[in-house]
Amino acid sequence: MARIESEVGTRGSAIMKWIDDRFPFTETMKYHVTEYYASKNFNWWYIFGVLAMVVLVMQLVTGIFLTMNYKPSAVEAFASVEYIMRDVEWGWLIRYMHSTGASFFFIVVYLHMFRAMLYGSYQKPRELIWLIGMLIFFVLMAEGFAGYLLPWGQMSYWGAQVIISLFGAVPFVGEALVEWIRGDYAISDITLNRFFAFHVILLPLILVALIFLHIVALHHVGSNNPDGVDIKKNKGPDGVPLDGVAFHPYHTTKDLVGIIVFLMIFSGVVFFAPDMGGYFLEHANFEPANMMATPEHIAPVWYYTPYYAILRAVPDKFWGFVLFALSVVLPVFLPWLDRSRVKSIRYRGWIYKMALSVFVVSFVTLGWLGLQPAEGTYVMLARIFSVLYFAFFLLMPYYTTIDKTKPVPDRVVYHG
Amino acid sequence: MVKSIRLATAFGALLLTCGVYAATSVELEPAGNDPDNINSLQRGARNFMNYCAGCHSAKYVRFNTLGRDLELSEDQLIENLMFNAEKTFETIQATMPLDQAARWFGQPPPDMSLMARARGTDYVYNFLKGFYLDPESPTGVDNRVLEGTSMPHVLWELQGFQTAVFATDENGVSHFEHFEQATTGSMSTEEFDEFARDTANFLEYISEPVRSTRRVLGTWVMIYLLFFLVIAIMLKKQIWKDVT
Repeated sequence: MARIESEVGTRGSAIMKWIDDRFPFTETMKYHVTEYYASKNFNWWYIFGVLAMVVLVMQLVTGIFLTMNYKPSAVEAFASVEYIMRDVEWGWLIRYMHSTGASFFFIVVYLHMFRAMLYGSYQKPRELIWLIGMLIFFVLMAEGFAGYLLPWGQMSYWGAQVIISLFGAVPFVGEALVEWIRGDYAISDITLNRFFAFHVILLPLILVALIFLHIVALHHVGSNNPDGVDIKKNKGPDGVPLDGVAFHPYHTTKDLVGIIVFLMIFSGVVFFAPDMGGYFLEHANFEPANMMATPEHIAPVWYYTPYYAILRAVPDKFWGFVLFALSVVLPVFLPWLDRSRVKSIRYRGWIYKMALSVFVVSFVTLGWLGLQPAEGTYVMLARIFSVLYFAFFLLMPYYTTIDKTKPVPDRVVYHG
Repeated sequence: MVKSIRLATAFGALLLTCGVYAATSVELEPAGNDPDNINSLQRGARNFMNYCAGCHSAKYVRFNTLGRDLELSEDQLIENLMFNAEKTFETIQATMPLDQAARWFGQPPPDMSLMARARGTDYVYNFLKGFYLDPESPTGVDNRVLEGTSMPHVLWELQGFQTAVFATDENGVSHFEHFEQATTGSMSTEEFDEFARDTANFLEYISEPVRSTRRVLGTWVMIYLLFFLVIAIMLKKQIWKDVT
């Protein structure tokens, strides 16, 4: 007895129905992908979230393969990395992708955060997205820090030595705290082993969980856009925002272009300049860790240097640590520091634009200063730019209140 | 004002492109080596195995990798380079026992696998050329780029001995000026420069044997991505054509 296709559906849809009766697959796909509407006027600043996902996946995959050949032991770690670089099939590519990926993770995340500052993406109702995002950033910093110890080179060792000893500035329990983190009286095999555990299990788990929450929160309130306009206010008769287009296929195909451009830049580094002139892979890290020989000049990897410069700008150890910690944590409060009535920089007044410019210059300059030796003019400059950095945040409630804003249009600006 | 932010970002990127090499504060003469020059690398390998490998290991470098990359047959490897190794998969080990060496020199001679990558090829080149007579040193020589080195001037037969001329500036700090030849060796200055250049070149190669492979592969990756980019742009335009 022949059955009519339209009555029972195709075999594929029968399987989907079977699944959907037991798991909200189609519903989830619609909610997050095919019927998730985001503004059609996204500019290229909006690519960095997706790029962060791309880098995350790349780090996870290359990380798994590195783990297959890496030995987390003070005796063998350095040699095992060279083994990966020289003897493991494609090991060099996996390692360079991972080491370059670490730097690019921070590049895209910094730009992603800056995008939020340009367009007020942290403002109501997206405060939680921002908070979760800041948590992701902190975990990422810890992840990068733990990972940097693993090659067990001179900079791995001494960089970790410097940063861990910062916790010694905590009153009363400082020294005990430092010992507790290291698990030893100096950085040793024990420290390496626990950092390996943090780097490959603990922190990635937290990272992935937080990123999941970040996206759930984002899709609940919807994406912001370069005009800071709420696209859900103007819906068509079908309930779809007039200025929104579905994530798939619209944003996915647009993102694909951005992803390929990103991969070209990324490959340019991986294949043609994996050291990036000593910024991505520090020269001194090609010497094995030696606890008897302190390098002449210890600098953390570039992505921590803005904060490191602030730390060194303060002559007192305790207050240096406090300001260092504060400089990392301050952006958390942006949603409440910013009192502006508009979100996007497009409709803000000259004061905020100037403040943001000063912030960018300060952050970049501090990053550069953190790589220089802490002496003379460098320290003086670091103090000046530290003050500007803090001023941007601490004076924000004031200058965003008095700043003259422009009227925000009803619909997003889109030129086809 | 957005423009000024863009400018600031570009300025920051520019700052990041000036290199960071803090290995030595001594002014270095550029080595002028070419890691793609196989002949130079072959000469460097010969120099290294004849003059350096007695004391310095290159423990991450396998002979068969050298054979493949420097276009040497197994017989050529065995006859010309493998003085203290049996099998081609072995790595370059120093002939001198390391524990003894530590007693003789105060510390064992460092492994050379990554020296050029850690300190720079120019550093290696200048180090090789930088020995000068110093009667106060136990080895009779010191080195311009690594003061107080415990390494003797093993290349004296080739280079001869030189003395260093220092000048004192207005602050009373003495600076290296130039070398003067004290005794001549079997090589002319140019020949020795070439010797040092080939050796430094070889050290650069062993510090990252995959360098030339990655560059060739990288070019293909770029071509592929460019092709993919064109398709992706066409796809995007097609999908977005009804968005107004």
